[in-house]
Amino acid sequence: MSDTLSLVKSKGRALVGQRLFLPLFALFLVLIVNVIKTPAFFNISIQNGVLYGYIIDIVNRSSELVILAVGMTLVIATGGIDISVGAVSALSAAVCVRLLGSSYDSYATPMVLAILAALTIGMICGAFNGLLVSKLRIQAMVATLILFTAGRGVAQLISAREIGGKMVPGQIIYVRMESFKGIGGFLPRVIVPTPVFIAAAVVLIFYLVLTRTALGLYIKTVGINSRAGRLVGINSTFIMFLGYVLCGLTASMAGVISSSRIYSSDANNIGLNMELDAILAVALGGNSMAGGKFSLAGSVIGAITIQALTTSLYAMGVTADQLPVYKAIVVVLIVSIQSEELKRWISARGGKKA
Amino acid sequence: MNLIEQAKRKVSGSNFLLMVTIVMFAIMYLAGILIYSRQGFGNMQTFMNMLIDNAGLIIVASGMTVVIITGGIDISVGSMVGLSCMMLAYMMEIKGMKASTAVGIVLLFGIVFGTVQGWLISYLKIQPFIVTLAGMFFARGLTAMISVDQIAILSNQNFLDMANKNIYLPFGAIVNKRGIKLFPFIHPSVVIALITLAVIWYVLKYTKFGRSVFAIGGSEQSAMLMGLNVRKVKMSAYVLNGFLSALGGFVFCLNTTSGFVEQARGFEMEAIASTVIGGTLLTGGVGTVVGSFFGVLIKAIIETYIRSNGTLSSWWNKIVLSLLLCFFIVLQSVFAALRRRRG
Amino acid sequence: MKETDMLTMRGIHKEFPGVKALSNVDFTLRKGEIHALMGENGAGKSTLIKVLTGVYPLDRGDIRVEGIEGAVINHSPEEAQKNGISTVYQEVNLCPNISVAENISLARQPLTKWGAVKWKKMNKTAEAALEAVGLKIDVTKTLGDYSVAIQQMVAIARAVDVQCKVLILDEPTSSLDDQEVKKLFEVMKSLKNQGVSIIFVTHFLEQVYEVCDAITVLRNGELVGRYDVAELPRVQLVAKMLGHEYDDLAQIRSQGGESLSGESRETILDARELTKAGSIRPFDLEIGKGEVIGLTGLLGSGRSELARLLFCADKPDRGELSFKGEAVRAHNPIDSLKRGMAFLPEDRKEEGIIGDLSVRENLIIALQARTGMFKLLPLSKQNELADKFIKILSIKTASAETPVSQLSGGNQQKVILGRWLITDPDFLILDEPTRGIDVGTKAEIQKLIVQLAREGMTIMFISSEIEEMLRTVDRLCVLCDRKKVGELKNENITQHNVMAAIAGGNQ
Repeated sequence: MSDTLSLVKSKGRALVGQRLFLPLFALFLVLIVNVIKTPAFFNISIQNGVLYGYIIDIVNRSSELVILAVGMTLVIATGGIDISVGAVSALSAAVCVRLLGSSYDSYATPMVLAILAALTIGMICGAFNGLLVSKLRIQAMVATLILFTAGRGVAQLISAREIGGKMVPGQIIYVRMESFKGIGGFLPRVIVPTPVFIAAAVVLIFYLVLTRTALGLYIKTVGINSRAGRLVGINSTFIMFLGYVLCGLTASMAGVISSSRIYSSDANNIGLNMELDAILAVALGGNSMAGGKFSLAGSVIGAITIQALTTSLYAMGVTADQLPVYKAIVVVLIVSIQSEELKRWISARGGKKA
Repeated sequence: MNLIEQAKRKVSGSNFLLMVTIVMFAIMYLAGILIYSRQGFGNMQTFMNMLIDNAGLIIVASGMTVVIITGGIDISVGSMVGLSCMMLAYMMEIKGMKASTAVGIVLLFGIVFGTVQGWLISYLKIQPFIVTLAGMFFARGLTAMISVDQIAILSNQNFLDMANKNIYLPFGAIVNKRGIKLFPFIHPSVVIALITLAVIWYVLKYTKFGRSVFAIGGSEQSAMLMGLNVRKVKMSAYVLNGFLSALGGFVFCLNTTSGFVEQARGFEMEAIASTVIGGTLLTGGVGTVVGSFFGVLIKAIIETYIRSNGTLSSWWNKIVLSLLLCFFIVLQSVFAALRRRRG
Repeated sequence: MKETDMLTMRGIHKEFPGVKALSNVDFTLRKGEIHALMGENGAGKSTLIKVLTGVYPLDRGDIRVEGIEGAVINHSPEEAQKNGISTVYQEVNLCPNISVAENISLARQPLTKWGAVKWKKMNKTAEAALEAVGLKIDVTKTLGDYSVAIQQMVAIARAVDVQCKVLILDEPTSSLDDQEVKKLFEVMKSLKNQGVSIIFVTHFLEQVYEVCDAITVLRNGELVGRYDVAELPRVQLVAKMLGHEYDDLAQIRSQGGESLSGESRETILDARELTKAGSIRPFDLEIGKGEVIGLTGLLGSGRSELARLLFCADKPDRGELSFKGEAVRAHNPIDSLKRGMAFLPEDRKEEGIIGDLSVRENLIIALQARTGMFKLLPLSKQNELADKFIKILSIKTASAETPVSQLSGGNQQKVILGRWLITDPDFLILDEPTRGIDVGTKAEIQKLIVQLAREGMTIMFISSEIEEMLRTVDRLCVLCDRKKVGELKNENITQHNVMAAIAGGNQ
């Protein structure tokens, strides 16, 4: 009897020790709570020719976060952080929408070019962050704080519209062409929302690049010990730089999707508080905030969990402004659990008792 | 060896950077007087207005200086300022509390908030940026929980008196076109800010705690081995900063006399920028609140420029300040690299 | 605890994950004695001191200090200081950004009743404290402005000034010149006469015999014994420090067989006037193919710095370097790697192991970097290489997938060695490959060096243990004060000659 008990215990411990245990457990918890509150939670139906249901909504809405979390994972794995992602999203969205214009008849710039421009802007922002962090060795927090603050200001300046013969910045520009809505909505005759495809593609591409080339190994090496990495011939500076560029790229993708969802660029609200969500997704994914080993799958599950949490909290009547309170508490709890000091303290306590 | 090289570049670097800041301030001020003389840039009152407008920032930047000298950072201060304003507005307008009680509660909350952050950072050894990032969102969210709508302080006469009281200075008067002598004035907020600045300067220079803050910023490991209780000092720095951000919030509220969710968004950037522009090294161990004070003034001048110009939108404030921060941290970094090369 | 004892430590145990740092160590310090704590690198000297001063928590054992009832367990250096135990560490552990005076009185500054630091009084106290160690400097200047030697003296002045009963000096002389060492000894003797007991950790034998009363020897975390200096001749001390494995090691070189003399070799590396300000003065060096060249010198003599320039881990200011007859222009580790160089750095933890990565990943990482980012080595190939080198180097690990941080120091070192051997280099630089690892592994690494050289690899071997060099190298470069001061070949490589070369460089 006691043997089985100890077996269960040790099995349990092994399970808890798994890298993906934390994100899966958290997702499970959120889903359970939702099913109890809303029995129809898992129902999926087809309405107006597209999939419809809570789950679909969560997966759909989590797309931007999943994409962002992928980039953030890489940056955090190199030992950095990027708090400018929300602002970069807003900036990219502003560039994209400004280029597309508000005409009912045609785009001012072909859509492909506008999107490419937005992605380029994202990568430039990432390169700026990367330069400060990797080359000039400035703390990532402070380096990315610059764009975190300035990004939205620039986005407002870009969101200018002619009013009374003068360009007035800080406007919400609407895109009137139907085809732009397809990015954040549905493609004709496809029942799955487009953002889901984009997110899946981004995750797949990043996964392949990280595992089929040595990039993943390099990033881990840089995050764990960049000096050792340099001596074995890895260009740590470049790898860190690359991490920020890729993070900027994912931020701009998220920005374009967000702007397509609302057919416009709202420099105040696109990507708002997304930096916290993205960091939370990475932390929830079981990744260390100190860098080093990372799990893309963990971050993706983390991102979906957070969207599920967000949707559930909305359903409970929490407003968008109040959400960060809960998320901040979750972040602190997760990093506290990861804390070596806490583990040491607990084991010291346990030792005394035993 | 490495330690010493670091030190060398720290020391000479800081003096140089502070000099750059002061010279820059002087040039900008003189340039302002020349360019915007018609808008009255040269008036003493313009300068006093800079102090009035930035009284809260002076306080918050002082706290930030202490934290950055320990080698840490706190980006929750902007949200704390916003939250303090909201708490004051809510307690006084909606709950009808006395001003003194409300302010007391806000300051106490600041201390508690700082204590929690400080504990997580110094005792659980979680990176300051994660903790204070969470703190930033927590405080902002809490603000929204108190009220999503703007609350203006209209009824608490004590508070409003304090906010609007003009303290006239005995110098720097100008004579207007009707021949009346106008003396420049400040608000009580400026007095609080300058007293705080002086106190923090004294604390950093003359108290055991202040000197320990520098020691930790220079080398945490050494300070520990020399018998300093590093954790306690570090935690105290964050507690002090929590208190100062609440006090800064109160002073900020004296200017705005209202609370709303978006208030003081980006304020952390202004505090960090002022501190860094003032010659405090982000790597810790070196810095003065006097420098941060000049940092605040530089930020104030930029704002005054943009306002005086009249055609630039207010988003330029943040953009220019960000660029300036960028310029100064790059300067610090280049300076450090030069030192390293010289050995 | 006897009347005459100042400090006793009994049955001290300390374990780190995977390493037994101290097991059942006893240590007794009498009143008013200077007591040398000796042992090779990794013997446990530093650990014993850190356990005593509360830097590391004690696992098991009993510590007693004169004048204090019951067992003393220090939880922090602060507490140790209160209990009368002060320490001066090997690296200067002061804060470089604050003034000399502040460093001396940090954490116990003179305060007014308002709690303000009395700067003037503090400066005076500091001047007095420095005078006691014979130093007259401006105490208001920032510590970082002074040389390392002066900083070291400041550290000692600080430790002495904290009314201490036990003063621990952990290798304080490595950065001091002869004059300064003499001065230090005078201070130590005068302290001893005042009744302070001193624990003196050093690896300079002469110093032990000059100033110490007693010696405690540690080896591999265990106590070898406590001896009076007068009763223990140097040879025996060395034997006790090295242990019985000493004889085994002596065999290695004789197994190595005869080596080619330097002249008949083809030159593989040629450095002319290579220099980097602040780390090494201009030097010339020619290395022949298949040669084992040793670099020796005291700490800070520039040996590591020289090696780093050869591998292009650091950029030289001036000078020319050619490898295999080609001038080296690009100064990056990756270019060196592609040229067929390999470099095992001195600091294993900071620059060697990549902690959370598996043994396999740590092994293949250099080869991967040389192959390029876009050509990932197939997993089968990685496993094959990892298994092969785990076997060849007999690395003790649970599996190839175990994180390398879980291995013991010696096995970690083997992994790093394996990492470079996998790249099959023509020129291998080993900077202190045997530091801090057990004697068995040490012997294995030394054997490997000799064997690899016989297979035609050129090896540069850096070590502070001269004996180790005597057993393995064909030619020995001696460095002193960041300068190459001499070269010894084959039969000329003797302990005496090496010492003479180092001493000669000192003058």
